Formats: sequence, structure tokens, C-alpha cells
Amino acid sequence: MQQIFSFIIKNSNRLLFLLLLGISLSLTIQSHSFHKSKVISSANFLSGGVYERINSFEEYLHLKEQNEELALENANLKSLLFKTKDTLKAPNLDSLKGVLPKDIIVSRVIHNSYNVYENFLTLNSGAKSGVKPDMGVINSLGIVGIIDNVSANYSTVISILNIKSQINAKIKNSDHFGTLNWDGKSTGFVQLIDVPRLASIRKGDTIVTGGQSVIFPENIGIGTIDKIFIPDDKTHYYTINVKLFNDMTNLGYVYIIKSKDNEEIKNLEKLGKDE
Amino acid sequence: MNSIVLGNIFRFVLLLAVQILVFNNMNFWGYVTAFPYILFIILYPVNGNKYGLLVSSFFLGLIMDLFCNSGGVHATACVLLAYIRPSFFKFSFGLSYEYQTVKLNDVLTPERFTFILLSVITHNFTLFLLESFQISFFLDVLLRTLLSTVFTIITCIILIYLIKPNKR
Repeated sequence: MQQIFSFIIKNSNRLLFLLLLGISLSLTIQSHSFHKSKVISSANFLSGGVYERINSFEEYLHLKEQNEELALENANLKSLLFKTKDTLKAPNLDSLKGVLPKDIIVSRVIHNSYNVYENFLTLNSGAKSGVKPDMGVINSLGIVGIIDNVSANYSTVISILNIKSQINAKIKNSDHFGTLNWDGKSTGFVQLIDVPRLASIRKGDTIVTGGQSVIFPENIGIGTIDKIFIPDDKTHYYTINVKLFNDMTNLGYVYIIKSKDNEEIKNLEKLGKDE
Repeated sequence: MNSIVLGNIFRFVLLLAVQILVFNNMNFWGYVTAFPYILFIILYPVNGNKYGLLVSSFFLGLIMDLFCNSGGVHATACVLLAYIRPSFFKFSFGLSYEYQTVKLNDVLTPERFTFILLSVITHNFTLFLLESFQISFFLDVLLRTLLSTVFTIITCIILIYLIKPNKR
């Protein structure tokens, strides 16, 4: 017994180091495993509060750009209105089909990272505004990411610039699907993989969200095809470099989409698995 | 003794604030960031409490992780650096460093530079290796470590001379 105590006292520094290293390593490994929310995230009152303060100052610097973006979006929506014959009838917006106005939460990006492999955004709305994990986040130009962690007033978003992010996407006006992910290299480009070689695609074609995912409504813009290549001769799939519509390094206001059918579909799929 | 503890707490808060408010927003070429917050571990008194250093480094890293959404990457790198710091002292200043009362915030000598260089490389390499967590990014990790080390050392040396106490 005495020997155990003397061993502990003698090596107390090393033991403390091993303990702390163990804790931090397990936190690291836990954060890298997919489908698990993080223990340590910036959706808490400390970092969320600090980021919101900083952002409320920075916001003024971007007012001009924000206004231009809003005016463009307004013009876009107006043109849709004029195209419909009966201007009194509400337009049937293709990109937001099945989403009622009350299903969209407006939020602001208060912190944005894009220089590491696993990038996250912090938003200034949380559970109090009705945000839940796995909701889609878009802005006027295209998709931004998927909600990860939620606290009372803040939430974190897995950016599309995250090597773990996987989003169902397709080529506009066709039904050839692929999976959108990021290779961790450039902030302006993401990769669409597993597109069948049967698909007739050209450089400059538009990539939009596919209907297979319950997170995003169909036909929300992502980007345009920049480069098409075949990863190796054995596969029958293309890999496509997609140039994003969004400048991910400069994000302001975003919309969080509450999908009505999300839970129903999830429950249904769970039923199928249980049987 | 008390003033040393207070000074350390002050440094802890100040360096974290500077790191989060200023340096986290400065990205050279899109992905190179300087990490001068590890100056807290580098400047911690040589004969100070060992357990205090380990625990405070852990929390220093954890708070960084909180703000960077990076899991436990910064905490691991900081704890590792805090633990092997005495070996780096031994390597750069010779065996009897504990009796010579090493003062880091003074004129930049080769010994002091070696010590800062070793510390920064260790921290940055661990950080980027754990952050990527994939062997396929290894070359990229080395490049990021190299570039970040350069920028971190430059900012560290500038900061040391900015906060250098004038008392003789």
C-alpha cells in the first residue's frame, strides 16, 4: 500500500499529464467521429456571447454589401412575381417548394471559420427560436451548411467546407444524383462525387440540392461545374469540381429551413430498420 | 509569489483575448494562422508550480477549442507542450537551467530562440496533425506547420518585446 502511495507521489506530475492528455485526446477523437455532437462547441453563452459582441461591431463594415445582396434578392423575387400572370396570387417558388414562410428562421453568422479541415459557423439563434440539430442553412445565393449543436441562444453549423460534410446534390434539370463533399483544399470549390458516367454534363452546368435529402428542399443552388474528371479507370463515376455560388469567407444573414416532413420521414426510415 | 500568480492570470486572459479577437481572424493565404497564445506556456516561470502549469495549459487549450469548434485539439497540443517544456529547457540552456534563473523576456540569445522554436514547432505540429486526423493530409500538415511556425515565432518575439517589463 505504501509503495503504491509513494509511486503516485513520485510520479504525480506524469500521472496528471497522462490524465489531462487522456481527457483532451478523447475529446479530439470524439469530435472527429461522425454523427456525434460535440461536447466542446462554440454554441454556449461564453463563446457565443463574445462572438456576438464582436460581430455587432463588424456588422457595420459590411452594411453596404448586405444591402446590395438584399436588393438583388428582392429584384429576383420581384421578377418571379411579374412572370406569374395573376400578380395577386402568391408565386410558386420552385426552390422553396413545400416550405412555408413560418418554417424559415432568419439568423446571422456571428463566427465563420474556413481555414481548417473541419469548419464550423456559429449563428445567433438557438433553441429559443426553434432551431434544432440537422436543419438546413441557406442564404440568398445557395446552401451554407447543416445545424450541428444547439444551445438556448446560439447554434453551430457544419459548413459545406467541412471534410465530414456530405450533402445529396444533383445536376439541374436532370435526375443524376451525387454526393457533395469537400477535399479540404480551396474555399471556393467543393466536389460532387459518384455521378454516373451516363449523365450528360458540361462545364458550366448548375448543381442544385437533390430531393433525396430531407434536410434541404429540392433545387436550392450550390454552384456551377468547373471541372469534370474520372478518379480512376475502374469506376463508372465522375468526380466534379463545383465552383460555389456563395463566397464562404464572407457570410452575413442566413435562413434556417425547418422541414416539416423531416421527423415523419426519419421515423418511417427507423421503422424500416427495426423490422 | 502572489504577484507572480496574478501576473500569470493576467497573461492567461490577455493572451487568450488577443488570440481570439485578433490572430484567429488573421489568415495568411487563407489557411496560415499564428498562435501567440502559447506564449503563456513559454513564459510560465521556470521554477513555478508544475501542476499549475499542466492544469492551466489544459484550460488554456480547452478555451481555445471552445472558440474554434475544434474538439480537444488545442488542449492536447498545450498539455503536451507543458509536459515536455522542462526537456526543452534542458536542451537549450544546458543541464543546470534551474539554478541559473532563466529569463525569457530579455535580449534574444540563440538559447532563447532555440527554446521558442522547439516549443512552437511541437505545438503546431501536434495541433495540425490532430486537426487533420488523416494520413492523406500529411504533406499538407507539414506545410501548415512550417508556415504557421514562422508566423507564430515572429508574433511571439514581437509580443515578448511589447510586454517586456521595464524594471531592471
